[in-house]
Amino acid sequence: MNPEINSPNASSPVKARTDPIHELIIEGAGCASCVGKIEKALKQVRGVENADMNFAQRTVTVTGNADTAGLIAAVEGAGYNARQLGGGANDDELEQKEKADWAYYKRLMREMAIALSLGIPLMIYSLVVGEMTVATTVERLVWLVVGLLTLGVMVFSGKHFYIGAWKSLKNHSANMDTLIALGTGAAWLYSMVVIMAPSLLPEMARHVYFEATAMIIGLINLGLALELKARGRTSAAIKRLVGLQAKTARVVRDGHELDIAIEQVLKDDVVRVRPGEKLPVDGEVLEGHSAIDESMLTGEPMPVEKARGDEVAAGTLNKNGTLLFRATRVGKDTALAQIINMVKRAQNSKPPIGRLADVISAYFVPAIMIIAVLSALAWLNFGPAPAVAFAVVSATTVLIIACPCALGLATPMSVMVGVGKAAEAGVLIRNGEALQTASKITAMVLDKTGTITQGSPKVTDIIVLEQEADAPEESAILRWAASLEAGSEHPLALAIVDSAKSRGLSLDKVTGFNAIAGHGIEGRVGKRALLFGNDKLMAQRDIDIQPHIGTIQALAAEAKTPMYLAVNQKLLAIIAVSDPLKPDSVTAINRLKQAGVRVVMLTGDNQATARAVAARAGISEFVAEVLPQDKANKVIELQQQGEIVGMTGDGINDAPALAQSNVGFAIGTGTDVAIESADITLMRGSLHGLADAIEVSKATLRNVKQNLLGAFIYNAAGVPIAAGVLYPLFGLLLSPVIAGAAMALSSVTVVTNANRLRFFKPQVSNYQSEEV
Amino acid sequence: MLLVNLFGLALIGLIIWWFWLYRPEQVDADSTAITVRVEHGVYQPAHIHLPPDQSSVLSFERVDESPCAEMVLFPELEISESLPVNRVKTIRIPPLKSGEYEFHCQMQMYRGKLIVSD
Ligand SMILES: [Cu+2]
Repeated sequence: MNPEINSPNASSPVKARTDPIHELIIEGAGCASCVGKIEKALKQVRGVENADMNFAQRTVTVTGNADTAGLIAAVEGAGYNARQLGGGANDDELEQKEKADWAYYKRLMREMAIALSLGIPLMIYSLVVGEMTVATTVERLVWLVVGLLTLGVMVFSGKHFYIGAWKSLKNHSANMDTLIALGTGAAWLYSMVVIMAPSLLPEMARHVYFEATAMIIGLINLGLALELKARGRTSAAIKRLVGLQAKTARVVRDGHELDIAIEQVLKDDVVRVRPGEKLPVDGEVLEGHSAIDESMLTGEPMPVEKARGDEVAAGTLNKNGTLLFRATRVGKDTALAQIINMVKRAQNSKPPIGRLADVISAYFVPAIMIIAVLSALAWLNFGPAPAVAFAVVSATTVLIIACPCALGLATPMSVMVGVGKAAEAGVLIRNGEALQTASKITAMVLDKTGTITQGSPKVTDIIVLEQEADAPEESAILRWAASLEAGSEHPLALAIVDSAKSRGLSLDKVTGFNAIAGHGIEGRVGKRALLFGNDKLMAQRDIDIQPHIGTIQALAAEAKTPMYLAVNQKLLAIIAVSDPLKPDSVTAINRLKQAGVRVVMLTGDNQATARAVAARAGISEFVAEVLPQDKANKVIELQQQGEIVGMTGDGINDAPALAQSNVGFAIGTGTDVAIESADITLMRGSLHGLADAIEVSKATLRNVKQNLLGAFIYNAAGVPIAAGVLYPLFGLLLSPVIAGAAMALSSVTVVTNANRLRFFKPQVSNYQSEEV
Repeated sequence: MLLVNLFGLALIGLIIWWFWLYRPEQVDADSTAITVRVEHGVYQPAHIHLPPDQSSVLSFERVDESPCAEMVLFPELEISESLPVNRVKTIRIPPLKSGEYEFHCQMQMYRGKLIVSD
């Protein structure tokens, strides 16, 4: 939970840049004098503010509003090649990947068919005849032919294993190829020795194992092919998100409307979308109004009405009207592109639970090679006759069954599906660690304003206290209060200013303005010294509110926040403000409670108001009158009680508490995903996202554990059996062919199990997820 | 028999030395951007020496079609990128403190290391 050091990658990927930066890699720049030429060419491109080339790294950083294609063209015009550095998610890459995968799939299947068409007949023969012995010269000749055929299979179908094994061996590393090459190679070599020089071996040990070699190569190719297929389905969520991107946009330039490729849309272009079209870029509505379906981005099923001044996001769907909007973010800066990037990153960062498997697989292969040698030695020294044959079979089987692929895949596959699943529900999980911690949350701290409530309070009552002879009217009270609060951004202040505006009141000039943090504001309007704030402010300035305690309590009981206006040290009026609950807060909080999570509400409101809000929201535990800086302390307090604390907030003042909590949840709103201190971002305002996040993370973690257990059984249980520990007891020794099948199946099992997660649905969910 | 046992033990010693004890040579990347080829189950070069506190660019060129090679992850740097076949993917490495940073594929079949030191 360390917001600053978490993202060394691509300077804060979820933050919208105000000043677009393009990074290009330059090819063909051989001399330092090229630098000036390239920079000059780039600076001439429309919209470019500056171009800076790093000659050592052959990269150039360009600032300004320009499209990347134009920049690349400019560099090419100067006689060099340029490519975009990093790059975002694009259809092209996915398509290319699918093509490559399909070609590879076909190749694997072809290789598998060749290998099995030799392996299966040989195996049937060995099962029917029993022993594949080499006794007579004729037998030797026949087996020699079979041996050469097997060699053909090894070259045609298994070449990639042997080349890979050799390369990695040279590199002082060992991998799956190493194991397969050693296993099949050992079986084949031994068989050839039996044929070529049988006298070297005791008569009983003159068996050939060509069928094992051919079968293993065939089965493992089959396993790889199946795994490839299953993997394709795993990345469905990303594919769906990428698929949301429109391909073209209709922009208005110089009075003409033209359809252009989405990459060519520039910031500040005016874009038109018609009913039923996807929005190509992020923007601000200039003209028209329409309902926009943002469910793909936020999980929020209800379309949102948009009109002049509203923000719209790329990838969302325009339902009924025509909109004209100004592009504010294009290319990889759009909210959708940032979400795709964030999900991609999260999908490949592992939760701590997966790291043990990483450590294991790092040392696994050489360790297995040692075990294979040890098991061969054990058979040779203590095994029954024919010890040589048993030694070869056990060593081969150990090597084949031990491939740690499945172990390595167990975590990333599940996390990939889980994070994608969450994204579909509008829950952005930052990384694997957040995913794991979210599954363990025992207490959830909710900031009241903007989290449980809508965060836009309204003035409900203005009570003029008849103490002064010339008691002013309501509108004068409101005008004074609003004049004081005009500069403040506090939500309660906004409510008062809005209320004054809606009554058409003009504001007065305030002098001697002084904001008292957490308390209120003072200032002078004309001759009047005004003081406006909460009960603490009144107490601080010795203004007695006790005579009106009945009124105050009545307001508080209705979850209204009373604010006091004093003029010249005399209490003049109470203005009550109330912030309504979000419509689904109650059901969402119920879901959390049912999941066994302790729910705590924090608010700066006074006790009585807080109690009333908590009661309405169905929360029994709350802390009132919390100053912004104390929110983090409350989180610490809960942590000291042994709770794993999730903190949910929406404001900047929540950042310390978000960072302090075990998992910080930020309430984002579709277009604004710039929330860096949060581990999990809820794209729609609803608190259902919290329960969704916890449920998805629990399901994912369960899936990871199943995968790890499954992979571990293949390896940890498979290896000793392959080595022959069961032989003394049950006379059981695995056949290398079974090992090959098990190894091929292990990865497939893991990927398939991870895919089961795709069908997981949060318990109560008001979004409809589409299956892809 | 004794000979066979001695041979086996020597083999184990060789495995330990070859894979665990041997320090492979590094490739310097101070002056130019470096290209890592992803082919036949390995990264070439796999051990890359980078200067500290300086960002750098690695170009990954994936020739290997195997799905294992599909992703490259730098766990400590929170970088993960998919590598398209037969294309170059450039990855920007942020300035790093001295130390060793592993990178590998999703399955950890392909492994490499960034060695950051003066
Ligand atoms: Cu593998």
